[in-house]
Amino acid sequence: MSDAVLKVDDLRTHFRLRAGTLKAVDGLSFELQAGRVLCIVGESGSGKSVTAQSIMRLIMPPGRIVQGGITFRDQDLLALTEREMEDLRGNRIGMIFQDPMTSLNPVFTIGEQIVETIVAHTSLSGEDARARAVELMRLVGIPEPEGRLSDYPHQFSGGMRQRVLIAIAIACEPDILIADEPTTALDVTIQAQILRLLSDVQKKLGSAMILITHDLGVVSAMADEVLVMYSGRMVEYGDVKTIFRNPRHPYTQGLLDSIIKLDDSRESELRSISGLPPIPIDPPPGCAFRDRCVKAFDLCGEQDPPWVETGTGSTAVCHAVAAEEAAP
Amino acid sequence: MSDGGNGAGGGPLLSVEGLVKHFKLDPKGLFEAPPILRAVDGVDFDVRRGETLGLVGESGCGKSTTARLVLRLIEPTAGSVVLDDVDVLACSKKELLALRREMQIVFQDPLSSLNPRMSVGNSIAEPLRFHGIGDKVDRFDRAREFLEVVGLSTDYYDRLPHEFSGGQNQRVAIARALILQPKLLILDEPVSALDVSIRAQILRLLIDLQGRFQLTYVFISHDLSVVKRFCNRTAVLYLGRIVEIAESESLYREPLHPYSQALISAIPEANPDGPRADSLGGLEGDVPSPISPPPGCPFHTRCPHRMPVCSEEVPALKEVRDGHKVACFLH
Repeated sequence: MSDAVLKVDDLRTHFRLRAGTLKAVDGLSFELQAGRVLCIVGESGSGKSVTAQSIMRLIMPPGRIVQGGITFRDQDLLALTEREMEDLRGNRIGMIFQDPMTSLNPVFTIGEQIVETIVAHTSLSGEDARARAVELMRLVGIPEPEGRLSDYPHQFSGGMRQRVLIAIAIACEPDILIADEPTTALDVTIQAQILRLLSDVQKKLGSAMILITHDLGVVSAMADEVLVMYSGRMVEYGDVKTIFRNPRHPYTQGLLDSIIKLDDSRESELRSISGLPPIPIDPPPGCAFRDRCVKAFDLCGEQDPPWVETGTGSTAVCHAVAAEEAAP
Repeated sequence: MSDGGNGAGGGPLLSVEGLVKHFKLDPKGLFEAPPILRAVDGVDFDVRRGETLGLVGESGCGKSTTARLVLRLIEPTAGSVVLDDVDVLACSKKELLALRREMQIVFQDPLSSLNPRMSVGNSIAEPLRFHGIGDKVDRFDRAREFLEVVGLSTDYYDRLPHEFSGGQNQRVAIARALILQPKLLILDEPVSALDVSIRAQILRLLIDLQGRFQLTYVFISHDLSVVKRFCNRTAVLYLGRIVEIAESESLYREPLHPYSQALISAIPEANPDGPRADSLGGLEGDVPSPISPPPGCPFHTRCPHRMPVCSEEVPALKEVRDGHKVACFLH
């Protein structure tokens, strides 16, 4: 556990709204190990994207990181100046967003945008930077890269644009890649190509990766470790096989039960989690999942749930799991 | 409308033949011919009474355009659509209006298909008002009844869409589509925008309603797992054509078309023993543009089994075994 490239400690990112304080992320702690892929999984509003934006320090008012520590190697990211942070972004930490059309600038060519990143963060310039851009485009599987340098984003398909973003993100061989729903906007055959590519570059560079997704299929294809979020908090953490084989938190169990699998028969039960996720505006104490939980009891509404190292290998944040583990 | 044959159990409820939609785009230059986008390029299928037919394919394959053509929300370039022995394309405007009571559609994003300033109850009652059915009191009662039909409390009548979750708004959209008691309901990605834990609630509701109101569904989705679980039969579309159609079980157990095979093997499975990213199946390259589709079989540019004939002739959709049709020269 000593080889962590990133440590997040009790991170709290809140948004001051007229209706109250939206606790988008509220007490999240985890470590990212070098060379590993951590998938953060959760449904809409669970705080997974805000977590990524917090790490990159991209939170805009009315949002604010109100508490917690984010340590990259030995640097405290929250203590850096904006200038120092800019140096880090796109250089040591690369980021890939869901919608490549909005993260690429429509009035600059693909070549200009890749070269810009290379020039900003390396000693390369001019022809050398161009050559590096071509090399990167070839690496991410863009055919005939020399000819496509002068194309604009709209001349690329969705899958090809996502390849461009990956090229930009890996231009400086970052220590960490953060990918926020990188394949959600893509068709399934293109998604498979991009997942293969991401996995390939991550292994080649030896970078650690945080991959944010709502799709448990993507988790199963990519993750080494999995962190399940619900309503701004972690509910369970463990290695990917443990989470899928032995989920302990009732939310993780319900989520896995809700997936419709290709080998399900027409007669198989269609399971879901009853109710709706709460919006964490000034949330009451206790477990955020209790109203939808089949195992909830009185304590769940009174006290925040404890972190429990389970005998089955995961860490679950749950009163019911604590009781199960305490039972002989 | 059709007193001659209400033929329950007889012929198909919906019959689509040779359906074509070509969109003319703006010409590039003053003297150039306008480019043609072949959104739907010769589609045939039947939908039996009480069944659910799935249409799957990637973006741009023509599945949503097909749905809009069937409802005549857009006018086809060629082909025929017959609903319950009525030729939809031959209807006058007035007849079409009456026919729309028989076929309704539910879209992917309920928030953009519901009027944000109209209470959900009035939204549900709106089709009754539009068709001049009942008086105000009747319509109010009926809308309240349909709120309950889709599992919402009648107390919610006066709520606005923004006060509801995605799943609740989708229930409202379903109630609005059902209040005219149509025979055919087209569901265009009805659960794609919903969270995993909510999705099954809506699918269960749809299955319930199908039994209760003897509905026939056309279910459009890019999610093959959902289609397989939900649909009796599945049609796979690629670049405006059906490349394979079969009983869902048969199609997934033994997909015959190389595109269907690739589509199924590209899905990452939520399974600890499933394939990792580097062994996911799939295809090289992108879908070609429907403005200049490749000659011959539309799939030949990406097909791992292509033969010389594939770039010369368009393979016909033919039955290779009981009810299993495929358009491929391999079969």
